[in-house]
Order: sequence, then structure tokens, then C-alpha cells
Amino acid sequence: MIEKQNDNSIIRMFHVHKTYGAVKALIDITLDISKNELLFISGPSGAGKTSLLKLLYYGEPVSEGQVLIDGMNLSRISYNRIPILRRKFGIIFQDYKLIATKTVFDNVAIVLEAIGKKRRFIEKKVRSVLRTVGMERSIHSLPPTLSGGEQQRIAVARAIVGDPKIILADEPTGNLDEDSADIILNLLKRYHIRGATIVIATHDKELMRKAGGRVIHLKQGQIQSTQIL
Amino acid sequence: MIIYFKRAIKDILDHRFLSVVTIITIAISILIASAFALFFVNVSGIVNSWQRGIRIMAYLEPNSPEIKLLDIKRKIQDIKGVQDVQFISKKEALERLKDQMKHQSSLLDDLKENPLPDAFEVRLKESFQNKDQVEMLADQVKSLSLVDDVEYGQVWLGRFTNILNLLKVTGYAMSVLFFLATVLIVANTIRLVLYSRREEVEIMRLVGATDRFIRAPFYMEGLIQGALGGMIGLAALFVLFMAISSNVEQGLTSGMFTIRFLSWETFFGILACSMFVGWIGCFLSIKQFLKQ
Repeated sequence: MIEKQNDNSIIRMFHVHKTYGAVKALIDITLDISKNELLFISGPSGAGKTSLLKLLYYGEPVSEGQVLIDGMNLSRISYNRIPILRRKFGIIFQDYKLIATKTVFDNVAIVLEAIGKKRRFIEKKVRSVLRTVGMERSIHSLPPTLSGGEQQRIAVARAIVGDPKIILADEPTGNLDEDSADIILNLLKRYHIRGATIVIATHDKELMRKAGGRVIHLKQGQIQSTQIL
Repeated sequence: MIIYFKRAIKDILDHRFLSVVTIITIAISILIASAFALFFVNVSGIVNSWQRGIRIMAYLEPNSPEIKLLDIKRKIQDIKGVQDVQFISKKEALERLKDQMKHQSSLLDDLKENPLPDAFEVRLKESFQNKDQVEMLADQVKSLSLVDDVEYGQVWLGRFTNILNLLKVTGYAMSVLFFLATVLIVANTIRLVLYSRREEVEIMRLVGATDRFIRAPFYMEGLIQGALGGMIGLAALFVLFMAISSNVEQGLTSGMFTIRFLSWETFFGILACSMFVGWIGCFLSIKQFLKQ
């Protein structure tokens, strides 16, 4: 059984394994992430960074071990509670995952619509968040008409609009030039200062150096080392 | 509900091509199914109007005493299902025959003796105007003394009843088949819509949307597309009906029967069915899709 949760932990992974057929993507991962922590998961391609993030938001179930998210044990989570779990997260994907046929406004608003917020609140909140990420002028644009950096800023806006406790970012600057990457990093840092826990999967050493925080190095599915920057 | 409705309208507009395909599919199916319904309603009407003319002729034995006629008439009148009884004397029957034969009536002039029997013409109440009841009533009339024979168009009544029953069974079977075919076609078309929007559905799930939130606009879309398809199908049927009804009326019924369009009840029934088809097609597709 999992040990009693530390009051300050928001994410706990206990002897977690993840396999895809014969391939072992994660091996015996035990990890505590505190509230309001900024954590980087680094490692080369194929090290298991994305797999680890997926286990957190129940994108996939663990093969073995236990994951606790803000008191929810994912080994025992029912199908109906998965949306409740996911509302604790704001997720930023490397490929942005924006809906191409919906406007910037609609892409961001969907998070609030899904939790049943009133239209007036949604209008106000989405505009405010888009202002924060510097994309208010593109409110009626469709994502394919925007640059990669702009699309990633929309993805950040969507991730933070529901005021989640945890932000998960998978290679958030992977496809961006340095200036765009800085903008994204600053946005994440601002949200971290406001109290959110940020978990970023990246192999971008420069990004980690600029941001600071704890870094977990993964190699072939195992934690190799932990470092505080 | 209003938010879901607005989302559904927006989604239909955003995916115009597949929405139009779904609506046309439903419209064609509804047009074919409702054409069958229209055909069935009118054929039933024609057969019913023929059945309303059903009467039993009770022919009396030759030289039946006049004194007994009143007694026989009263006995026939007392049989359950009889509306009225009229005596037709052999003389009156011959006059009617001459009347019907018109130009050939001279053939009857050479008769030395009237060969026709006295008879009672028995008209039936509406609820008894079907094959089984007519047969039963005819047997009862025939069993009376001095009644020699009864005649009620046994052969054609049997044939029309069989045809009507066949049409009913065919109509029900066709309706069920069309319903199933339409549901499957709509389900597959909506599966295409869902497939084209799988990324959108996946993103909705990732941001914490419940299945209910994802399903609701699709259900609404199914209902709207069903209603639009149904209205288009019925409108097309009405146009076709207006174009051909007068020709059919003159050609097939010689103006004795008015071909009519579907009643409001049937019209709204078909529309409701159409909406149901849109919804159930959506329900089946999305249920399977969200399981993946």
C-alpha cells in the first residue's frame, strides 16, 4: 500500500511501472512533487518523459504501482471521475492540440464550458487570460492561421484558464524559437508564482537553467538523478 | 440546453458537408418511407370505401307466402350488426336489372315469367363491415326459414381483405426495414462526422469534459438533422403528391375517391420518427466512439 501522503505533496508516484507490450517505458518510479513546486523531467527522446506525464492525468493507466494526485488514487479511479481528475490539470502539449475549426476564443473557452461556467463569466475570463498571454487581438482567429509560438501561447491560455492546481507541459518550447520560448517560460513562471505546481517535461537545458527548480533526469525509463538548479 | 443547442448549430455549420450528407440521407429515407405510408393510407381508404358498400342479399324461396315476409324482415332486423333491411320484390328486382342493362334491356322483354326471386337487401353497421363479420351475419340470415340463398360478394370481399392484409404486413415490414436501414446509414454518416472530429473529442476529454458534455451537442445535432431531413423528405413528398395526385385520382378511381395527403397526425408522427432516427443513429455511433 502507498504510504500516508505528505501534507505538502500534490503528486505521489510509488514504484510505478509502465509497459507497452514487451517495452518497458517506465521502471520503478517513486516520486513526490510538492504543492507549488516547479519540477523539470528531463532526459533524451524515448526516456519516458511523456509516458510519465500521461500517467499523471490518466491518459493511460499504470501497469504497476500507484499514483496519487491531490488525494485521488488513480489505481482506484472510476471512469466517471476521470474528468474531475483532469480538471485539476492544465496540460500543454508539444503539438499544441488546438481544435483547428474553432476560434482562439472557443479553444480556450471549452475548458470553462466543460465545467458549466456561465457565458458572461467565460467571456470575461477568456479575454483576461488571452490578454495575459498577449493574444487578445487574435481572439477570433483560427489556430492554423497563427505561428507556432502564438499557438503555444493559446495552449498556455487554455491550460491556465480553469485555474488548475497543476500545470503539465510536454516539451512546451520544443518547436519554438528562443524569443517565443522565453515568452512561454515567463508565462509559466508567472503562474507558478501565483501558487500552481508546474511539471515540465523537456530536454532543453537552457530552459531549465533559466527557470531553476528541481530536475529529475530520466534514462531508459528510470530516474537517474535529481538535481536542484 | 440553449448552450448545447447553439453549439449544435455551430457544429453543423462548421461541418457543413457531412451535415448536408446526413440530412439528405435522412430526407431520402423519409421520402421513401412516407411514400409507402401515403400509398398505404390511400389504398386503405379505397378498400374501406368499397367495404362501406357491402350488403347482404337474402334471396327467398319461390312463392314464399307474403304473410311471412314481415316476420322474416323482423328476424333479420333483430340480428346484431344489421343496420336496415329493405324488401325487394321480384318485380322491383327485374326493373332494377332492366335499368342496369340499359341498351340490352330489350333482351328481357321476351321473358314469359320473371325468373328473379323476392329478396331482402341487408345493410350492415360500420363495425360489422369486414369479412369475418359479414360471413357470420350471412350464415345467420341463411339459416332463417324461407331464405333460399345469400349473396354478398364473397369472392371479391375475400380477395380485397387478403390484399389489404398483405398491404398491411408489407407496410409494417417495409417500415421496420426502412427504419433499420436509415438508422444504420445515419449511424455510419455520424460515425464519419465523429471520425473527422476525433481530435476535438480527444481534446475535450483531456480538458476535463464529461462524456455527457461531449455527447449532448451531438444528440442535439442528431435531432436537428433528423427534423430537417424529415421536413425536406415530407416537403418533397408533398410536391410529388401535388404533381401526380389528380392524374391518379382520375385514372384509378374514376373520381369516386379523393386521394388525400397524410393527416397532420401522420405528418408529425413521421417527423418525430425522423428526429428519433437522427438521435438513435447518433446515440449508437457516439456510444461506440466514446468507448474507444
